[in-house]
Amino acid sequence: MDILLQQIINGLVLGSMYALIALGYTMVYGIVNLINFAHGDVLMVGALTSWSIIILMQRSMAGTPGWLILLIATIIACVVCGVLNYVIEKLAYRPLRNAPKLAPLITAVGMSLLLEVLAQIIWKPDYKPYPTLLPSQPFNLPGGAVITPTQVMVLGVTVISLAGLMWLVNYTRLGRAMRATAENPAVAALMGVKPDNVISATFIIGAVLAAIAGVMYASNYGTAQNMMGFLPGLKAFTAAVFGGIGNLAGAVVGGILLGLIESLGAGYIGPLTGGFLGSNYVDILAFVVLICILTLRPSGLLGERVADRA
Amino acid sequence: MKQKNQLTLFVLAGIALLVLPLLLQHAGNAWVRIVDNSLLYVMLALGLNIVVGLAGLLDLGYIAFYALGAYSYAMLNSPQLSSAFPAVAAIFPHGLSTPLWVALPVGAVLAGVFGVLLGTPTLKLRGDYLAIVTLGFGEIIRIFLNNLDAPINITNGPKGVDLIKPISLFGLNLGKPHTLFGYHIASVSQYYYLFLILVIFTVIICHRLQMSRIGRAWMAIREDETAAKAMGINTRNMKLLAFGMGATFGGISGTMFSAFQGFVSPESFSLMESVMVVAMVVLGGMGYLPGVILGAILLASLPEVLRYVATPLQAMTGGRIDAAILRQLLIALAMIIVMLLRPRGLWPAPEHGKSLQVKK
Repeated sequence: MDILLQQIINGLVLGSMYALIALGYTMVYGIVNLINFAHGDVLMVGALTSWSIIILMQRSMAGTPGWLILLIATIIACVVCGVLNYVIEKLAYRPLRNAPKLAPLITAVGMSLLLEVLAQIIWKPDYKPYPTLLPSQPFNLPGGAVITPTQVMVLGVTVISLAGLMWLVNYTRLGRAMRATAENPAVAALMGVKPDNVISATFIIGAVLAAIAGVMYASNYGTAQNMMGFLPGLKAFTAAVFGGIGNLAGAVVGGILLGLIESLGAGYIGPLTGGFLGSNYVDILAFVVLICILTLRPSGLLGERVADRA
Repeated sequence: MKQKNQLTLFVLAGIALLVLPLLLQHAGNAWVRIVDNSLLYVMLALGLNIVVGLAGLLDLGYIAFYALGAYSYAMLNSPQLSSAFPAVAAIFPHGLSTPLWVALPVGAVLAGVFGVLLGTPTLKLRGDYLAIVTLGFGEIIRIFLNNLDAPINITNGPKGVDLIKPISLFGLNLGKPHTLFGYHIASVSQYYYLFLILVIFTVIICHRLQMSRIGRAWMAIREDETAAKAMGINTRNMKLLAFGMGATFGGISGTMFSAFQGFVSPESFSLMESVMVVAMVVLGGMGYLPGVILGAILLASLPEVLRYVATPLQAMTGGRIDAAILRQLLIALAMIIVMLLRPRGLWPAPEHGKSLQVKK
């Protein structure tokens, strides 16, 4: 009982990161029916880029406050990842838009591998310590739990990002175009929406969210490495399916729920299985959730929304 | 006339294959080892070809069956179980030792059963979800293999299982070199002949399957599952059969790998290996046996060939690029470029009669 509140807080923090990444997956799937395997690696590129920027700024402009360095690094990481995803979509996914399903899937897997290898070449495969730029004094909460300023930042940034995304999708022309293309691309084109532009915009927005999530992930766990994006990407996809693929609210709900399941599972899996399974099996939980949801309720908790291509 | 030409071709190829290891031995045992590894990957690729190429089910967790075959042989032929369980140590003080004609079917059947088990939840899934779920299964098996050393030590966790006994066939220990008619045959060459026999066996089975009703059912499922069901094909059974058969070949290959290498650890069975086997099938020519074999040989022997290119590159970039990274880079680039330019693979099945179509 004493760890319950702590695990819930950890779960919410983890879940909000998954929610950010899941939004990228769900938006892309809703429009082009493609699982962008490389999305987790865009997260990794964002994290490593921000790491490089932080190290650079700490060395050359050593007086700037920590939060400002983090903010600038995040913005630069967002720009880099946005451009990266735009290029990936234009070069690798656009020519295969009408190809049989296997081709874009293989290309996506290849792209994911390519990003991991390039990151290994550029940044070397060692685990890099991610500097803690916010004060590290944790706040004590009633119930014996603690929450660090970094975790508060993660939650806050997630809320702001989600609010920004909601505004973009619901109150701007681009958002209307995105919703229209997600619903029926052919009719949207008849109404004057350029599908290529909308798809590129979707990829870029997804990448920006992934970059933010990458910086949050690296700040929360204190390390960055070229393979760090693989597992969170997979779990975020699980979260997207959990909530209903194509459904933005579903991605958020799925992400937070998956974070809570993982966190509580990691805490209680030992006592529950009588010591046979330990917390090192926690990665399996996400896959078990995926299999359960695909078997029992394949459209996800909040229902899927995929483009009507009939 | 064509029959006679084909026959001479086969005979020549057969002689070349038989003589190959003896020739390569002069260049060094390492080359024979490379060929042995390639043969193992050819078996894996042929197995995956059944699942991906014929039945159209993208399996990204195929290496799990390889791992199961390898670990089953390792459990049955090493001191691992004796050191973990005193009850076993009482009966087998020097570790278990199972003859090949028991260990091979056990590995194959274990992998086959798991293939059907893991295929069952995936029956209703579309291509993308199937890929992710199979990937998840591959990871689950690897995580289990990595962590089953506490509380009971079954697989020895990340330390792997060591001291696996080499194959002993009809009293002939394949781990030791022998001389035949004055020729010195190294242990790696003996393994080469064993693998060659298994690969030929696999090719024959795959070819016969492809030409049979089952193969046609798989290809129908690959092209359009709804239409296949409408034609009366039991898609559930056929899909499970595809998973099971593919897994069986993976298990056989894994058993051989474990005996050949003498040591297994969960590190050899990562997602990268799964992706590489998928790349072999897809880039070689999905569903076409010669294409798949070509893809397997190319990608399996790639790192060795690259070693000569990689060393100067390594010096130039200060240690960032070595043969392994270069191989991963080339595989990734190959997957993207081949899918963009030649989506059917390097050596696809010939499209009989389609050349008569009018080009737009």
